[in-house]
Amino acid sequence: MSSQEIPEENLPAEQDAHVAVADEKNPFADPGLPPHEHRIQDIDERAARRSERTVALLFTVSMLATVGFIASYVAIPHDKSVFVFPIGHLNALNFALGLTLGTALFCIGAGAVHWARTLMSDVEVADDRHAIAAEPEVKAKVMADFRQGAKESAIGRRKLIRNTMLGALTLVPLSGVVLLRDLGPLPGTKLRHTLWSKGKLLVNMNTNEPLRPSDVAVGSLTFAKPEGLEEHDHDFQNEIAKAALMIVRLQPDDIKDKRELEWSHEGIVAYSKICTHVGCPISLYEQQTHHVLCPCHQSTFDLSDGARVIFGPAGHALPQLRIGVNDEGYLEALGDFDEPVGPAFWERG
Amino acid sequence: MKKLSARRRHPLAAVVVLLLALACTGGLYAVFAPADKAQAEESAQSLTIEEGKKLYAVGCASCHGTGGQGTSDGPSLVGVGAAAVDFQVSTGRMPAATSQGAQVPKKKNIYSQAEIDQLAAFIASLGAGPSVPTEEQYGPEGADIAKGGELFRNNCAQCHNFTGKGGALTKGKYAPSLEDVDPKHIYEAMQTGPQNMPSFPDTTLSEQNKKDIIAYLHAVNSDETVNPGGLELGGLGPVSEGLFAWIFGLGGLIAVAVWVAARTAKAKKS
Repeated sequence: MSSQEIPEENLPAEQDAHVAVADEKNPFADPGLPPHEHRIQDIDERAARRSERTVALLFTVSMLATVGFIASYVAIPHDKSVFVFPIGHLNALNFALGLTLGTALFCIGAGAVHWARTLMSDVEVADDRHAIAAEPEVKAKVMADFRQGAKESAIGRRKLIRNTMLGALTLVPLSGVVLLRDLGPLPGTKLRHTLWSKGKLLVNMNTNEPLRPSDVAVGSLTFAKPEGLEEHDHDFQNEIAKAALMIVRLQPDDIKDKRELEWSHEGIVAYSKICTHVGCPISLYEQQTHHVLCPCHQSTFDLSDGARVIFGPAGHALPQLRIGVNDEGYLEALGDFDEPVGPAFWERG
Repeated sequence: MKKLSARRRHPLAAVVVLLLALACTGGLYAVFAPADKAQAEESAQSLTIEEGKKLYAVGCASCHGTGGQGTSDGPSLVGVGAAAVDFQVSTGRMPAATSQGAQVPKKKNIYSQAEIDQLAAFIASLGAGPSVPTEEQYGPEGADIAKGGELFRNNCAQCHNFTGKGGALTKGKYAPSLEDVDPKHIYEAMQTGPQNMPSFPDTTLSEQNKKDIIAYLHAVNSDETVNPGGLELGGLGPVSEGLFAWIFGLGGLIAVAVWVAARTAKAKKS
């Protein structure tokens, strides 16, 4: 850093030492680096002091912001709300913590950048490349050392040690391979069966009461679970992921698919709620068109025509559950789904 | 003012004045007309139905048929009940401008509450259906917000979004936002299933369930809702929040970097 009082226009142009001169062998001379330009801080000590103060100020603001962060954490109640333009009403503690931490981190970065740009040396430095390969003598020495070591370890002579060592090194990775077993066991028939079976009542998920045909109005949408499955059961999520049921009622005349009509009860049809594409819960039901739409990839099924796929990436129709009415007048399943619910898998067939 | 007087002899001045006068008369009529109709409320039930029938003949019969039996332009109204009429007319969806669009949108209601009650009474007389809910049914007393949230996510969130911000359906149809919708209208919509929305009758979604859902919606999506994060960005969660962070967060950092690099620190500006 220099503190000469020279007007910037009259700065001496520093000549680079490595400038080559064009001659007959090398008509394109290396122009070398351009002359180094000084910054105002390099030639004016007052400007350098100003930069120093700016950097120190940024670091001090960062310190204050960190103190502010700790103070906000201690002082602001977690449920206090505050209005901040243009964001609107928000949690005061969240806002204070974010603002102070953001300021603290930003000021450290801004201070460092300003320091590097105005005060640290900015002189361009050239360095020559060196060959990567080692000298032949060094190579010969390393090889000789290696041979000497191998001879001293007697690995060629004591075959028992060599062979057992190779055996140990070969077997050790097997422990990793054995642990891969934890990826299994294979699902077996789990994907093909749900909790539904003959005689299981359809229980309304809203009221936890079994459904009667008269409860289900035309144009309504109801979700059901199999009787005996309760939300606090440890396997509830696993079971409902397969057994979730969507119940709608159509005018029997509107049902185009013969099997759907056969498996329904007075126009009440029960379909799996799990999309056959990648298994999202599918229940965006349009009661006038009888279309049901999947929110994930827009697969659309026609519930009046055997839940046929009419749009989107789903590969096959939603599985229908065959339902009827028991002696007490409640809706019941007449068996499990006749095909696996949800997305296709390798062995599905 | 000078401009105005300078133009009073303009050839179109008379037309403008006439239009203003017409607008004034129409406006005054609209202000005072409901007052006359309000008296009808006090008359007997049969008179109410009679009045409703007259209103029906003017505003509804062209699409729904003279006796509410429905035509190719509008469904039958027999058995839809007073709740459906109150919902459709109070939210301005009915009378609809056309039956050809993907969905009839919400618009300004042109009927007074008394007129809507008359229409509702007439439609209810055509066949039994759900009646207009009372304050007690949809009010906040005795509601379980947590249970309401569970019910909302199970029954409604697939179309209306987790906090009732609304969402798209097929072919231009959509589930509207439930922000600041009158609790009575939410109750009626669940009960009657307007347009493509399925209905959730009391037999499958009990009165208490509906009350809970309304209380939940009030808690998460009304002008009294306090959002801890401030900007909701459509209530879509990580999708819109991530996009916002990438565009504005990362974009801001890039802008700062460009600003820093674009300014030379050298004393001699080149």
